[in-house]
Amino acid sequence: MNRIHSPLTPWLLLLPAMVLLLGFTHYPAVATIWHSFFSTPKGANPAVFVGLENYALMIDDPVFWRVLTNNIWFALGTIPVSIALAIMMALWVNDRLAGRGLLRMAFFTPTVLPMIAVANIWLFFYTPQYGLLEQVTQALGLPSHNWLGNPNTVLGSMMVVAIWKEAGFFMIFYLAALQQISPTLAEAAGLEGASRWQYFWRVQFPLLMPTTLFVLINALINSFRLVDHIVVMTKGGPDNASSLLLYYIYEVGFSFWDSSYAAVLTVVLLLVLALVALVKFRILDRRTHYQ
Amino acid sequence: MRRVLLKSMAALAVSTAFGVAPALAANPVEVSLYYPVAVGGPVTKTIDGMVAEFEKQNPDIKIKAVYAGTYQESIVKALTAYKSGTPPTIAVLLSTDLFTLIDENAIVPIDGLASTPDDKKWIGGFYKSFMENSQTGGKTWGIPFQRSTIVMFWNKNLFKEAGLNPDKAPANWAETVSYAKKLTKADANGNVTQWGVKIPSTGFTYWIFQGMTTPNDTILMNSAGTQTYFDKPGAVEALQYWVDLSAKHKVMPSGVIEWGTTPKDFLEQKAAMVWTTTGNLTNLRANATFPFGVAMLPANKHPGSPTGGGNFYVFNKTSPEQQKAAMKFIRWATEPQRAAQWSIATGYVATRPDAWETPEMKKYLQEVPAAGVARDQLQYSVAELSTHDNQRVTKALNDNLQAALSGTKTPEAALKDAQREATRILRSWQR
Repeated sequence: MNRIHSPLTPWLLLLPAMVLLLGFTHYPAVATIWHSFFSTPKGANPAVFVGLENYALMIDDPVFWRVLTNNIWFALGTIPVSIALAIMMALWVNDRLAGRGLLRMAFFTPTVLPMIAVANIWLFFYTPQYGLLEQVTQALGLPSHNWLGNPNTVLGSMMVVAIWKEAGFFMIFYLAALQQISPTLAEAAGLEGASRWQYFWRVQFPLLMPTTLFVLINALINSFRLVDHIVVMTKGGPDNASSLLLYYIYEVGFSFWDSSYAAVLTVVLLLVLALVALVKFRILDRRTHYQ
Repeated sequence: MRRVLLKSMAALAVSTAFGVAPALAANPVEVSLYYPVAVGGPVTKTIDGMVAEFEKQNPDIKIKAVYAGTYQESIVKALTAYKSGTPPTIAVLLSTDLFTLIDENAIVPIDGLASTPDDKKWIGGFYKSFMENSQTGGKTWGIPFQRSTIVMFWNKNLFKEAGLNPDKAPANWAETVSYAKKLTKADANGNVTQWGVKIPSTGFTYWIFQGMTTPNDTILMNSAGTQTYFDKPGAVEALQYWVDLSAKHKVMPSGVIEWGTTPKDFLEQKAAMVWTTTGNLTNLRANATFPFGVAMLPANKHPGSPTGGGNFYVFNKTSPEQQKAAMKFIRWATEPQRAAQWSIATGYVATRPDAWETPEMKKYLQEVPAAGVARDQLQYSVAELSTHDNQRVTKALNDNLQAALSGTKTPEAALKDAQREATRILRSWQR
């Protein structure tokens, strides 16, 4: 048996992970920032250094601001609701009740369905006149509405689809966390005469905090990462009312072939995600109680 | 034993190398073909069948047909492949991608490859309106393959119910409004249960808009693709008409109407008249439970519709042998008889007048006279909107058209904004 204790050994052991991390995370990020300072190469014209010109272009771009505002509304609208729903569903299916497995499956189904197919189904839910939603509202005698065709309702309609998809996914994490909570706590609370609400609010919810944090970060990232429903259901329309940052990046990159401007927009996305990570590690983590 | 086995294996190898190979060719030229699927029906099977037949007749050429998704996905794949140095030899892409492909230096002009007088005659044999999006700067860059126009479908039963002649579609804008008023029905609460007309406004908003600017004698861009004329009075008038259908006449739902659900609206009998591509003909014929008609788009100053659909392009960075083989295939695939077969199988318009003279096509037209409408409309057709930086210019127009349709801008303001944006984008091409 040869035992080599060289200072190189730890580095060699780290190498495979480092290569992956550098190749798929750090290099693309740095390259994106680098490319954002150049013009887009086109045909015979190579890329030239333009400094901050692309950034100035972005500040002037009304579509960018529209898309960013949409995205912030989208995050504010979807995250709290989907997390609250996820906790409620998890508490429900954590109880001993008949058909629990079936219920869990029903809640989780939206997560495993391919999004493109689901978006197509939702497209018909929202269809005016004979869509599912319309049939319900018509039965109630409410007026007909063109949900996806109206700039005032399209973003809200897209949020509903996102919540429907996300809540089931987050429920799984909450369910796992709930089952980690020791039953002695429930017994103790019972002995003390705590109500169900008190038990949830004083015991369960604080103990779920690490999960909530994890889910929150995921939800934030997802809300800036969403693109598939938009492609199928609205293509960002009408008049950019439902366009989000990533969809706009795709449009600029692969419809307009303006790779430099797409790089600038990607830098913004990177900054947003970096900020999310920073808030998580620097602030939220310290205030979270881990068991 | 082992030796015998080895010997027989060697023999087998030799016989494969010398026995079978010469029946094919020593070194067949490999040609790759990217194609999209944009309408219903077994398009992939049809293409595979065509390729197999071509290979049988031309054993020295091997075609690798690759299904590349929608038109949008196909150009992303083709251009990405081109930029990484391994382009397809041939790709079927939108005719409106012409300038994008030229600006990327991604395609070669067809005239350079097809230069004999016979070739010239072949290029001259396509419908003129299909060539408008295939030629620029005196060169031919694309060959029309799966091309279409916009047509109007109408529900004969609903026409009869409304007391209209079921065999006569509205011929012009004014008639469309008066017919549509009779065809729009509401329930006791005032909710509309049946709309007179539905004109989709997502996906190809600019294209549908051209279905109104063309009959209003207005062209939206120059043939060099460097200028747009979005805010011309004729265009504003056309958009006003479109907006009025819902805002003033209340015969069309307000807001934006989804392209993808429009054929379904028609099949569900929720819309008595719809506008869509002639490529939906086969789909509607297969699924409609009521008799329907196909008509040219209603006229205003004259009839008219833009052309649409895809062309064959030959890519740069491919070998001269490949390009020659590509040319041979493209020519073969657009021969009158093949063009007729393709049109019958898919619903696209056969791209050459002589294709309509083939016995197959004549027989098909007798069975499905509606298939001829798109062709008859060609004489009034103009090129689909296509400029340099096409996607960006198109988006500027689409966004503003949707803004007008959803009531956030007046038609005039919307088209002014679109024109300003387009001028800004095209600035560098006007020098």
